[in-house]
Amino acid sequence: MTKSNLQKVLESGAFAVTGELGPPKSGQRDVIEHHASHLKGVVDSVNITDNQTAIVRTSSIATGRILLDMGIEPNVQMTVRDRNRIAIQADVLGAVALGMKNILCIQGDHATLGNEPKAKNVNDLDSMNLISALKKMRDEQEFIGGDKLDAPIDLYIGAVANPFADPFEYRPYRLAKKIEAGAQFIQTQVIFDMERFERYMKIVVDMGLHEKAHIIAGITPLKSLGAARYMKNNVAGMIVPDHIIDRLKGAKDKKAEGVNIAVEMIEHLKTIEGVAGVHIMAVAWEEIVPEIAERAGLLPRPTFD
Amino acid sequence: MIVAERKPLGEILKNLEPHKKVLILGCGECVTVCMTGGDKEARETALALSIARKKAGSPIEVKSHTVERQCEPEYLESARHLVEEADVVVSLACGVGIQNMNEYYADKRTLPGVNTTFMGMPTEQGVWTENCLGCGNCVLDETMGICPIARCSKSMLNGPCGGSQNGKCEVSKDIDCAWHLIVERLMKFNKLGALQEVKEPKDWSTSHHGGPRKMIREDVRL
Repeated sequence: MTKSNLQKVLESGAFAVTGELGPPKSGQRDVIEHHASHLKGVVDSVNITDNQTAIVRTSSIATGRILLDMGIEPNVQMTVRDRNRIAIQADVLGAVALGMKNILCIQGDHATLGNEPKAKNVNDLDSMNLISALKKMRDEQEFIGGDKLDAPIDLYIGAVANPFADPFEYRPYRLAKKIEAGAQFIQTQVIFDMERFERYMKIVVDMGLHEKAHIIAGITPLKSLGAARYMKNNVAGMIVPDHIIDRLKGAKDKKAEGVNIAVEMIEHLKTIEGVAGVHIMAVAWEEIVPEIAERAGLLPRPTFD
Repeated sequence: MIVAERKPLGEILKNLEPHKKVLILGCGECVTVCMTGGDKEARETALALSIARKKAGSPIEVKSHTVERQCEPEYLESARHLVEEADVVVSLACGVGIQNMNEYYADKRTLPGVNTTFMGMPTEQGVWTENCLGCGNCVLDETMGICPIARCSKSMLNGPCGGSQNGKCEVSKDIDCAWHLIVERLMKFNKLGALQEVKEPKDWSTSHHGGPRKMIREDVRL
């Protein structure tokens, strides 16, 4: 089987770097290309959100193909919110046919939080079922219902973990379950509460989960005090401690301070046992990622023949 | 019980615009218990409609009556006289009762006076909460008696999702995270390990997704 670049990086033992791109609320290819161009050569793979926060945007798979055309490897996010198992499995095959290998399995924010609050939430599968389904399609060439695929497919299966959601005691076990279901790499929710993340990782490492899947820690550079407050108060499953808010409040140049915080956090994450890489989510601020990667000593990125 | 809430009076009035003689029909079962469509509410609704139409300069004759159970045909006969003399009936029963009325008195229209909302129970005075979606494949044995299909906003079988914080659902701070409750209850019974089994995708064909359902019991058929 052919491996994705992300899989090669993680399996080589190098500290991985992934980026993120939120497709536009338009069908403008050039807008996607503009945002993605900042990430080329700076990250190993770019997550493409799937109608993130339940807001309608260009489809993640279509955007993924545009990135491939630019020589950037996509990591296609796929929620179970908007499609049933028929549509999801069809889209997996479509993504594979278009050259995509990384798929990140996500439940998806509830539709009432987005711009189509009257929509039907599908949730035919849950995120755990999606992970199992991808594994079954790849390893057994079988659909959920038992019918056979006509030919094998290559997939690198990802899942998300949120150490900041509750109940905290259960979160490492939930991660274990996702790995058991078939997740090979994990990307975490944005980390601001480093103390809680370290507590979480300690349990994860004690359980040996970091040896079964590659855990990539989520980082977001804060652009402003408003952004920090918004995340603290409005984003589901997120903790932004007061010391971060205070630090931004006291800074003259908020953007520069946001970048400083991100770089320091990456440096810290590198020292935490079990962390295999960093996922830099600078949606609509992609141009800052090269600077962060450079300052955090993450460049150049490894290449494989 | 089946919980319902009365439609806004304006909506009922709009539906009644062409009519002069109306019967408001209550039901003595669930909608009585949830204080939406029992005898008291039928009388109140009749009075409110009558006053509103009088004020609008288009008086209407409104009678009210309540049958023991609108969802079974044999209980509807007692209302025959009142139904026949009315132009139209407004039912305060759940959607089942309203449809039963339309079928039983097929020559007469029965309009909905309520929105049927869910299967649930009162959790405190004046508060009712959804508990069951009637999915046709009960998992309460696996989830410590707390339904993740009805009470998790995403109907997850392998929850909780990443939006659960401080025991509350991401949809609203007024909604308890069902999976938080399940995890807590499993811990109380020292059974958290049971959650580590990856649950297969749910068979939704036993629910409405398999088409409208029918139960046939050959052993009790005549």
